Parts: sequence; structure tokens; C-alpha cells
Amino acid sequence: MEIVMSILAGILFTTGIYNMLQKQMLRIIIGTALVSHGAHLFILTMGELKRGKPPVLSDEIANYSDPLPQALILTSIVISFGVTSLLLVLAYRASKENGTDNMEKLRGNEND
Amino acid sequence: MISNLAVLPIVIPLIAGVIAILIHRKLTIVRRFAQILTVVNTIVVAYVLFYVSQNGAVVLEAGDWMAPFGIVLVADLLSVVLVFTTNIIALACVFYAPKSLSDQQEEFYFYTFYFLLISGVSGAFITGDLFNLFVFFEVLLMASYGLIVLGGEKVQLRESIKYVLINLFSSMLFVTTIAFLYSVVGTVNMAQIAQRVGEVEQTGVLTAIGILLFFVFGTKAALFPLYYWLPKPYIAPNPVVSALFGALLTKVGIYSLLRVFSIIFVHKSDITHELFIWIAALTLIFGAIGAMSTNNIKLIVAYNIIPAVGFMLLGIGVYNSTGYAGTVYYLVSDMIIKAVLFLLVGAIAYLTGTSDLRKIRGLIHYYPFLGWLFFIAALVLAGIPPFSGFIGKLLLLQGAIESDQIIVALIGLAASLLILLSVMRIFIRGFWGEKDESIIPDKKAARSFALPVVFLLFFSILLGVGAEWFYPSIASIGDYLMNPETYIQSVLKE
Repeated sequence: MEIVMSILAGILFTTGIYNMLQKQMLRIIIGTALVSHGAHLFILTMGELKRGKPPVLSDEIANYSDPLPQALILTSIVISFGVTSLLLVLAYRASKENGTDNMEKLRGNEND
Repeated sequence: MISNLAVLPIVIPLIAGVIAILIHRKLTIVRRFAQILTVVNTIVVAYVLFYVSQNGAVVLEAGDWMAPFGIVLVADLLSVVLVFTTNIIALACVFYAPKSLSDQQEEFYFYTFYFLLISGVSGAFITGDLFNLFVFFEVLLMASYGLIVLGGEKVQLRESIKYVLINLFSSMLFVTTIAFLYSVVGTVNMAQIAQRVGEVEQTGVLTAIGILLFFVFGTKAALFPLYYWLPKPYIAPNPVVSALFGALLTKVGIYSLLRVFSIIFVHKSDITHELFIWIAALTLIFGAIGAMSTNNIKLIVAYNIIPAVGFMLLGIGVYNSTGYAGTVYYLVSDMIIKAVLFLLVGAIAYLTGTSDLRKIRGLIHYYPFLGWLFFIAALVLAGIPPFSGFIGKLLLLQGAIESDQIIVALIGLAASLLILLSVMRIFIRGFWGEKDESIIPDKKAARSFALPVVFLLFFSILLGVGAEWFYPSIASIGDYLMNPETYIQSVLKE
């Protein structure tokens, strides 16, 4: 199971990075979202997916699932949603201001 | 109870930022409020600094969860010194801001973002947990995203998109690296990671993770070859914002490198630290060349961040206590002097209406005081004795020579000359020369710009002239960083 998830995270990373290398702003943003999903999936996988028991810590329980990765990705997901929505707003404003959503055309003079 | 001291430098600005949202339309009130709260926070941090220097590190286990399981905040001397410097800079910036920003920009939550930035930076310095380091990185980056587009000009929007993308990508790489590290050592607490990495003698996979972390922090700190994103976004926003960015953001990256590579990944220093030395040398060369390459005064100062980061990395790379002490000294001195330079350059751009060096001349006829302030700042930056830059560089070069890295030390000296030349160019071309009759002098504005700069320069000169007072504590930080055991024990209490 972990191997499958790792491969899935890898696919998310590659497609995300491919999209980030495009010129269209919206594609870049989708790319960043995919990369962050890949990273989150990866954290979850690294804590071992299925151990069969709830995360209860006491002396007689030896088999419990790891609660930490869930806590970590929860934080990370919130952050990445925030940044993605910010990026969408930013891209909308920038494309309105510049009249284009093509990153190549955003290059400008350093003194303006 | 006393361990709660560690959280105050994070919480006070956070609450202040939230209150600033509520009163953002009442400009006079929000200005006073921000200034008073910054002063209060600086006093609190000064007390924490005093307490830590007397009694050793303050460790707060949040919610009374024991150290490796819960979140810990570790206020040791290194982090508190940096938090104190952050607050000094914040203090100067908050008094500079009303003059420099338009009313509308101030209304649109400048003070909120400003407080959140301070909170995030302080948090990143104080946290003892690798994942929380990521979270505080995001807090300060979110605030910086807000600050960089404040005003919404074309150039700001253009540069901020690149800035956000680069930082977002490196943050995601950071999360991935934490995932790797978690799967290998099974913890995110820095002290426990250090302990476990020590137990297995830093196997190959751990060194690989260390290098990955180096890339993450290297992007944030703008090291060669990961610095290309830095100069232009840093000059797009208002000078106050540039000063905060230039003084604080890259330094958080360097601090993280210092922390991670002094307590966790220290067992294979022939691979990692050797790499740092050469990257430091390249960063020095390319940053100094970049600073020489442009006529935009803001861009010259922004490029000067890069060789400074190179110097600090050199101190981490040589891996001895003199080098570490030099890094810390240079870090503090450089935070202050970068803020000074950005504020001064911002003042020049405001008073002349341009940042193109070819269009500025003879400013010293109108603003002699500003001219001499700039001259002193340039000397501090280049490391001319008796100013603070000199002491830091001296320690760094001494550390490099102790580790037989003569070539890199020579590169550092050569880069210092180029740095001096690049800033002196602003002084020679902009301040000297014949009088420009078209300028209508604005003495009052110049005075209000000069005041915060004088305040910061005072600290800078104090650090240099009073080096004998500060050196023992800085040297003790150097020794402390060489012995990660102290840190591990103060956190895990074994």
C-alpha cells in the first residue's frame, strides 16, 4: 500500500511540476496545488498507512496507528489552501492589471 | 510559569496584529497603537534576553506535553539575541512607516501584516520543532505576501507572483523533506532528531535529507544558485517593507541552516560543511558582481543581501566555534545594516523621485546629514573598523583560517572590496557632484527619515565599538553551537 501511495505522490509531483513550468498563470496555480497534495499524501504515507488500531497510547497497547502525520498534514493542508486562494486572487488582479495571463509577457523594465 | 517567557515574543505581536485589523480605518490611533505595542514588545524581549543570559535557555512545553511528544519552544541565547535584533529593526520601521507609506496603504492592514511578520520571524527563531519551523515560515511568508502587494501597482503584482511561487515551491519541498525525515527518525522535535541522528552516526539517507533541507533553506536564504528570485521582488514594495524583508526574511533561512547544521547534521561534516564553503564562495562572488551590475540604487542594496548571506554560510561551513561566533555576530550586524541601507535608499528615492543612479547628483548640498549617514552605513556594510561589520568579518576570516580555508577567506576579502565599491558608487555619484538645481529640498521629510536610521546606526556602531562587551556572549554562543549536547539536554532534560 505504501508503495502505491508513494508512486501516486510521485505522479502528483511530476504533473504538478509540469504544470508549474507552463506560461499560463492558472496552470501554474493548479501545478502548485498538485505539488502540495503530493507532499501531503507523502507525509501520510511516511507515517505508515494501516496498522489496524486507533491511536491510543497506553502501556498494554503495542499496536496503534500514528496520529502525528494526520496532525501535520491537517496544518499543512490549511496553509496550502490559504496560499492557493491568495495566489488565485493575485493572479486575477495581475492578469487584469497587465491585460495578459502569460508569464512571459509580464517581464518588464527594472526602473518602472 | 517562568517558561511562558518563551512564548511572549510570538504572542504579543500576534494579538497586536489582530487588534490592528479591528481599528485599521482610524489611522492616527492605529499608528500610535502599533508604535506603543512595538515598544512594549521590545521591552519584553529585552527582559527575556536578560533572563536567558542570566539563567540559560527557557524551554516551554506547550500545554504541558512532555518534550519529544508535544510542541516545544526553546528560547536559548542565540534565538533570543536574534529576536531582540528583529524587534530593534521593527521599532525603527514602525516609526519610519507613516512618512513612507501612503495613508491608503496604511489603512489596508499594513500594521496587521507588519505584526504578523514580526510574530512569524520571532516564532521561527524560537521554535524547537522542525514542523513548527515550517508553520512559522508560512506565517511570516503569508505576511510578506500581503506586504509585497500592498499598493497593488503593476510591478508589485508582477514580482509578487514570482515571489509567492518560489516560496510556495520551497515550502512544499520543506514539507516533503520533513516527511522523509519523519519516516527515518520518527520524530519532528529537533533535539530528538539530533539525538537519533547521532545514534545511527548519520547514515547516507540522512545526509541526503540534510542536503535536501539545505536546498530548502538555501532558497529562503538566497544562496547561490538559488538567489535569482530575490533582488527584484525585494525592491518592488515600499522602502519600509523592503527594509523589513532585507533585514529579516533571508536571515531566517540562514538561522535555520545554522540550527539544523549545528545540532542535527554534524556527523558528516566532510560532505555537508565542505559543500557549504564552496557555495558560500560562489554566493560571495556572484552577489558582489550583481551589486556592481546595476544603476538602480534599490537594486544595488538588494543585491548586497546575497554576499552577506555568503559570509554567514562561510561561518557555518568552516565548522569551528570561531566561525559560528562570526556568523552570529555578522548575522546581527547585517540585519541592522540592511534595514539601515534600505531605509536610506528609500529616503533618497522619495526625496529625488527616482531610483536611477544616473539621474541623481549633488544630494549632499541639500541633505548633508543624510549623506554622512549613508557614508557610515556603507563603511559598516563593507566592514571597515571600528564598525560592527568588521568584527563579524574578522571572526569569520579567523574561523576560515583556523580550518585552513585560505582561498575562501581571500575570496571573502575581495568580495568585501566589491561590496564597498558598489555602495560607495551611490555615495560618489548620488551625493557628490555639482548641485542639481531642479531639486526642491524637503528638510522636514529628510529629518523624519533620518531619525529611525540614526537609531539603528547607533546599535550598529555600539556593536562595533563595544565589541569587548558583546564578544564574550557571542563567543559563548559559538561554543554552544559546537556542542549540540547542551541543546539536546536542555530540551529533553535527560
